Amino acid sequence: MTGRWLGLVLALVALAALPAWMPGTYYVNVSSQILIYAVFALGINVLAGYGGLVSLGHAGLFGIACYAVAVSLAAGAGHLAAILVGLAVTLLGTAVFAALSLRTTGIGFLMITLALGQILWGLAYRWIGVTNGDNGLTVASRPAPFGFSLETATAFYYATLLTFLLGVLAMAVFANSPFGASLAGTRDQPRRMTALGYNVWMIRFYACMFSGLLSGIAGILFVYYNQFISPQSLSLTASAEVVLMVIAGGTGTLMGPIVGAALVVVMKNVASAYIERWNFLLGAIFVAIVIFMPEGLVPGTVRLLRWAMRSLAGKAVPAGGDGGR
Amino acid sequence: MSALVSRGLEKSFDALRVTRDVNLDVEPGERRLIIGPNGAGKTTLFNLICGEIRPDRGSVTLFDRELTRVPSRRRAHLGLSRTYQIITLFPRDTLLRNVMLSLLGLDRLRWSPFVSLGAQRHLAESARRALDRVGLLHLADRPMAHTSYGERRRVEIAMALAQNPKLLLLDEPFAGLSIDERGDVQKLLNAIPRDVTIVMIEHNMDVALEFAERISVMHFGEVVVEGTRAEVVANPRTKEIYLGE
Repeated sequence: MTGRWLGLVLALVALAALPAWMPGTYYVNVSSQILIYAVFALGINVLAGYGGLVSLGHAGLFGIACYAVAVSLAAGAGHLAAILVGLAVTLLGTAVFAALSLRTTGIGFLMITLALGQILWGLAYRWIGVTNGDNGLTVASRPAPFGFSLETATAFYYATLLTFLLGVLAMAVFANSPFGASLAGTRDQPRRMTALGYNVWMIRFYACMFSGLLSGIAGILFVYYNQFISPQSLSLTASAEVVLMVIAGGTGTLMGPIVGAALVVVMKNVASAYIERWNFLLGAIFVAIVIFMPEGLVPGTVRLLRWAMRSLAGKAVPAGGDGGR
Repeated sequence: MSALVSRGLEKSFDALRVTRDVNLDVEPGERRLIIGPNGAGKTTLFNLICGEIRPDRGSVTLFDRELTRVPSRRRAHLGLSRTYQIITLFPRDTLLRNVMLSLLGLDRLRWSPFVSLGAQRHLAESARRALDRVGLLHLADRPMAHTSYGERRRVEIAMALAQNPKLLLLDEPFAGLSIDERGDVQKLLNAIPRDVTIVMIEHNMDVALEFAERISVMHFGEVVVEGTRAEVVANPRTKEIYLGE
């Protein structure tokens, strides 16, 4: 068994046993939050990391899923129907989002997604008849798939873990697929990709849809986790926070967004209990990452480990590798 | 049937007319050289033929197929490949992966998110054959960032040839190469079979004139002289353009 597979098995065992070794329910809930935001960050990473398209409006797509589920449940739908409606509405919203924002790339894409995200935030805030405005919507209960109630922190953690693992698997398959390579090609050389026969716009559109799907799944988990949704979850800050997770962990890597999500959620929920100015600390950590590991925590750590191994061994370590991909 | 026909191709960027009434007839298997001073409109002509920019007027035909309104990406599927004056490769990938991306561009597999690209042996084998053709097979697994300028030029050509084009447009393939590297690329181009028609822009006259069968001289967006090597070299207009009156 190679080191990579051994690490994967150990990580799976640790994640599966996590509720048993966590000191209390609070920390199990924090772990669920990390997994939810990791799925969201994986969605952002499809575009930012593999497609070179940084979006500041994805909290809007995340929020569409949350509101669609909450409104469906309030209208009397069952959980399965509400989840399906949530996914369908999110994908529809993503298609509109993509059709409008993919007219441009770079800073233009960033600004259009920001504007679209703000429109959705404004709708959530002002369309009181549907969203209940600033007061938000509550979700009375969590689903019970196959008779297993998700009402306890541990049960919900396992449901989130399963969804997270499926998300990671989907990302791993996607990143190594021909379509993943095509998307990365459009990031590096869109003009050349067109000359080679690729439909660059359509590749980016499908990537947006995949990104929106992951964001929607994260949104559905989020609304069931909190059993509440308010416009704050669609704000610019929410979008920027997830982009920062991806950048801090390492764009275009599989593990980077997960590590970035863990960093931010732990700082918000755990460090904030001990450090009053935890925002300052989080900012300082981001600055340190940008200075010392501009490629992100995961590829930066891999680079430092290689350097350390070279220094210890006193001979060259083969070049290449995937930097944590 | 001509390999490439352009009729009355015109393109302006605001008040600047970059090409004016460009008419070309390139026969199948022909080696055509396009020369002219900087700013003559040669690369713009390539961009018009490839569909990267739309002409204001005129038409482009590839083996009797009207291309003028065909999107740029579709032209690759119809047998049109090109290289760029400024090298445009995928620097994060290996040479093999660069050529595989080229092959994938014409393969329906490019849309698949469910299979592993690394497991597509037929693509890898074709890519290795293309790299072998340009003498770079031994560097197949080397990251593009760790290659020399001359090697990148040859990867560009490998990517274009991997698509089995009917018409190959080469935009200054000898630019920036050392004498040895020029010799390598020249041999490589000479080895391309006649079922591939080649149109080449080049400033290096030593290698270009030897390669070309017919030459078109462009000046201020117009084709001002056209003919065989001897005809073009003997034409006083050519001398005027290059040496002044």
